[in-house]
Amino acid sequence: MRPVAVIGVGLSPWGELWRSSLRDLFAQAALKAIKDSGAPRIDSLLVGCMSGGLFNSQEHVGALVADYTGLKGVPATRVESACASGGVAFRQGVLEVASGASDFVLVGGVEKMTDLSGDGATFALSTAADFDYEAYQGATFPALYALMARAHMDKYGTTREQLAMVAAKNHDNGLLNPNAQFKMKVSVQDVMNSVKVAEPLCLLDCSPITDGAAAVVLAPVELAAKLKKGPLAKVLGVGQAADAMALAQREDITRLEAAELAAQRAYKMAGKSPKDIDFAEVHDCFTIAEICAIEALGFCKPGQGGKFTEQGHTALKGSKPINTSGGLKSKGHPVGATGVAQIVELVEQLRGAAGERQLSKARVGLAQNMGGTCGSSVVSILGREGK
Amino acid sequence: MQPQRVWREIPQRYRLEAGQCRKCKKIFFPPRLKCPDCGGEAFAKLRLPTDGKLLTYTVVHTAPERFAKLAPYGLGIVELSNKVRLTVQIVDVEPEELKSGMPLRLEFRKIHDVGHAGVICYGYKAVPA
Repeated sequence: MRPVAVIGVGLSPWGELWRSSLRDLFAQAALKAIKDSGAPRIDSLLVGCMSGGLFNSQEHVGALVADYTGLKGVPATRVESACASGGVAFRQGVLEVASGASDFVLVGGVEKMTDLSGDGATFALSTAADFDYEAYQGATFPALYALMARAHMDKYGTTREQLAMVAAKNHDNGLLNPNAQFKMKVSVQDVMNSVKVAEPLCLLDCSPITDGAAAVVLAPVELAAKLKKGPLAKVLGVGQAADAMALAQREDITRLEAAELAAQRAYKMAGKSPKDIDFAEVHDCFTIAEICAIEALGFCKPGQGGKFTEQGHTALKGSKPINTSGGLKSKGHPVGATGVAQIVELVEQLRGAAGERQLSKARVGLAQNMGGTCGSSVVSILGREGK
Repeated sequence: MQPQRVWREIPQRYRLEAGQCRKCKKIFFPPRLKCPDCGGEAFAKLRLPTDGKLLTYTVVHTAPERFAKLAPYGLGIVELSNKVRLTVQIVDVEPEELKSGMPLRLEFRKIHDVGHAGVICYGYKAVPA
């Protein structure tokens, strides 16, 4: 397998963008990434998109976005794994370059969510759960994560305040990210006083509904080194796993087993362990998700995610900065784009181009993306090569 | 929801029919064709017990449209006396009285209906035992 580098990154604007369509959003991010990469051509395109069908009455998204990105003729493949669609597309792209099948691969992710009302979007998202046995009973996504939160609180003594601290911390980071959808200071009290969605989760525990796209260009390291001067963002490892779809069927509902497995595979491929990771973007679709994710990734012991957060380890200036971009919580969560946007943040940090939120130590970064209540997860590890 | 979609789940929703792996005896609800634990492919049909306890719960305030008039409602994961778990609404109890570990019983209830002439969707809900 050939070593692979990320040579270009791009984001569209993120937010409630009534003037932008699915195809426009994708093309904006993709054209930026292609320009940034300096790639002489694109051999293949992958696009993560959870539900063009429900959100925009538009399937066949691969061909559509290839057409509007000016990439007529390329093999264009849409990848779906609910909110992990983007991260899974990224892993597929890495494997495609590593295998030698393609040299320059564009991996994008897109979701145009505000074409539906809030209720319509809630319904579309609920199809990432077990529809016949969870959504049928009246379960929403916040409700399923609330079940995990309550179980975590009962089992480990995680507190309501610790959940809120995740949101407050990620909004602090988002304030420093010009691309974030919700650039606003949010206090622990604000989170706890916000309207109840599914107890114990309140509105400010939840990531928002977002229109947006993200894209990266991949190339084999040997070609990338000829194209680009300066340090390279090299893909060190990728891992992916699936778990029981319905939360009730998991052995331990406080654990994200698919994320644990994905992480083990990525660590093994990269030859790294949790202590080697300088910073990470994790899938904080709800505050409890970040707590469970940092445990699954081995940054702290099982059950200690709340305490680890409270002690400040995950803050921008902490020992293990988590979600320097603002995370899904503040940056926004266009579901199909999220996994790719996490890679964009890793690359910007590794390049030293993350502006006000730039970390002093950013040589190895990790991205964790998950679908549903972690029925699927993908973990990618990137490292900075050269000076 | 189209009638056939509701109709084909009747064995599970009306009668709580589960599958028990003949090899390792593990019980699955809903039934499966292959045991993820031991790889067995032969299953016996069995009906779940209705008594259990609340493992974890939430109170849903922001509900999907078809459940909006029920909100706020309790939703939880119930572990039945034979260890099978299912996601279920908890009714006939004030949401603030819900507690992890409380004993519950499954009952046959209406879940929701679809429009004016649509099918009425039935299934199981949990009530305090």
